[in-house]
Amino acid sequence: MSTVRIPPTLRTSTGGAKQVEVQGSTVREVVTGLVAAYPALGAQLLGEDGDLNRFVNAFLNDTDVRHLEALDTPVADGDTLVLLPAMAGG
Amino acid sequence: MAIATVPSPTSSTNRIVGLRCRSCRRADPIGLSYVCPACFGPLEVEYDYTIAGRTLTPAAIAARPPGIWRYVELLPVDAPPRRSLPVGSTPLLAADRLAPSLGLDRLWIKDDTRNPSLSFKDRAVAIAAARAVEFGVEALACASTGNLAGATAAAAAALGLPAYVFIPADLEPAKVDHALAYGATVVPIEGTYDDVNRLCLEVADETGWGFVNINLRPFYAEGSKTLAFEIAESLGWRSPDVIVAPVASGAMFTRVARGFEELVEIGLIKRRPIRFVGGQATGCAPVATAWAAGTDEIVPVREPDTIVRSLAIGNPADGRYAVELANETGGSIEAIDDAITAAAIRDVARLEGIYPETAGGVTLAAAAAARRRGVIRPGDEVVALVTGNGLKTPDARAFGVADGVARPGQPGLAPAIRPSLSAFERWLDGGAT
Repeated sequence: MSTVRIPPTLRTSTGGAKQVEVQGSTVREVVTGLVAAYPALGAQLLGEDGDLNRFVNAFLNDTDVRHLEALDTPVADGDTLVLLPAMAGG
Repeated sequence: MAIATVPSPTSSTNRIVGLRCRSCRRADPIGLSYVCPACFGPLEVEYDYTIAGRTLTPAAIAARPPGIWRYVELLPVDAPPRRSLPVGSTPLLAADRLAPSLGLDRLWIKDDTRNPSLSFKDRAVAIAAARAVEFGVEALACASTGNLAGATAAAAAALGLPAYVFIPADLEPAKVDHALAYGATVVPIEGTYDDVNRLCLEVADETGWGFVNINLRPFYAEGSKTLAFEIAESLGWRSPDVIVAPVASGAMFTRVARGFEELVEIGLIKRRPIRFVGGQATGCAPVATAWAAGTDEIVPVREPDTIVRSLAIGNPADGRYAVELANETGGSIEAIDDAITAAAIRDVARLEGIYPETAGGVTLAAAAAARRRGVIRPGDEVVALVTGNGLKTPDARAFGVADGVARPGQPGLAPAIRPSLSAFERWLDGGAT
């Protein structure tokens, strides 16, 4: 199982849970599993193509998955996936 | 995270309609929120321009004191704050000596090196800080590439709030010292700006602190519009042919465009096409790369490698919008090598008496590049946004210069000479001292 940390904006869809345990061997499988467990997250996280929408950045163990293998990045037991809004500027 | 809200709009404030998602257009109330609960898109402030335009007239503006609050009808605060640093109303300077060296006929420099903390970030922070006070946050905070660090720390000092400033650990020492001087707690993070930013998204959620560029971002981003308002006012309520600006996240670049749009909307200027030219450093140019490739898909840069730290955002949130703006207006996004940037800093300082930090060098070099590309044409009136002060990046000026030693007639640092007229005369003659 991997841990997915849920930002406050999404916690209404997870019954307030700040983190949840999800099964999956890739980032895509973990996201799919997460949305299966909390269907309301689908509209928030996924685009029309079923991938993460462009306002969502996913970080596996604090690394942007776009620097890894994107949604195909392998996920191991004990890994942590963080979903955050795309927002930067300093 | 506690969501603070202000009372529902009253008759005096209803020019501010609320927040609206840029992507799905869902409305949300004004508060310490920045992400659309429905689609995760960015929230932006929405105005009623009919109401705003009733009182925002050239005569009314001319009668108000200098500074960004003279355009308060188009800013996301109910009224100017009781306490604020004197931000804005910076000069628009005719750069007649520099222009020919860039291949330009008419060049103005919007000199934002002289804001209270020496960069344009004071504009954004002033508005975020005003809202932070209304929301009653315990502390101001930011994720910074450097200029925002000083701006946030200075605003917090003026308001008596604690400041937490998160920076990449290898940031320029002058910027770190600047934030420390204002009494901020500076938190260096081992990693890039993008690592700092990611961490701060989580910290903002957990602490409820007012991160000016995260949970106060809808208000913060509006500050950059005041650059457009001031340029139009300085030009006698009209727009130039070309705006050249640095691009990091792309937020300022796109909000300057919106500022001009709003002035058209309320009838303060006539609609004329403005081409928008952006500048990035070659060592971190995700937006320029996408523009050159003809796509608006931004591929993030994992490890920026440039002296232009203030623009070293590898994962620019508004990059897509910056590409769109350049394309829709007939502009461009230029990538500038560090050596060219350093030369541009030296040139504008030497020729105009304006000393910019690295992003200013990128901007001026981008103007020259856009002229060579034909995006800027003969006779164009160009306004370049010089957004930060060179004292923040003191090592950049000499980048790529092999020999900075002064000789008679050639600028630079002269060798120390004995305090005697004869020693000086020998040096002036080119002899030994």
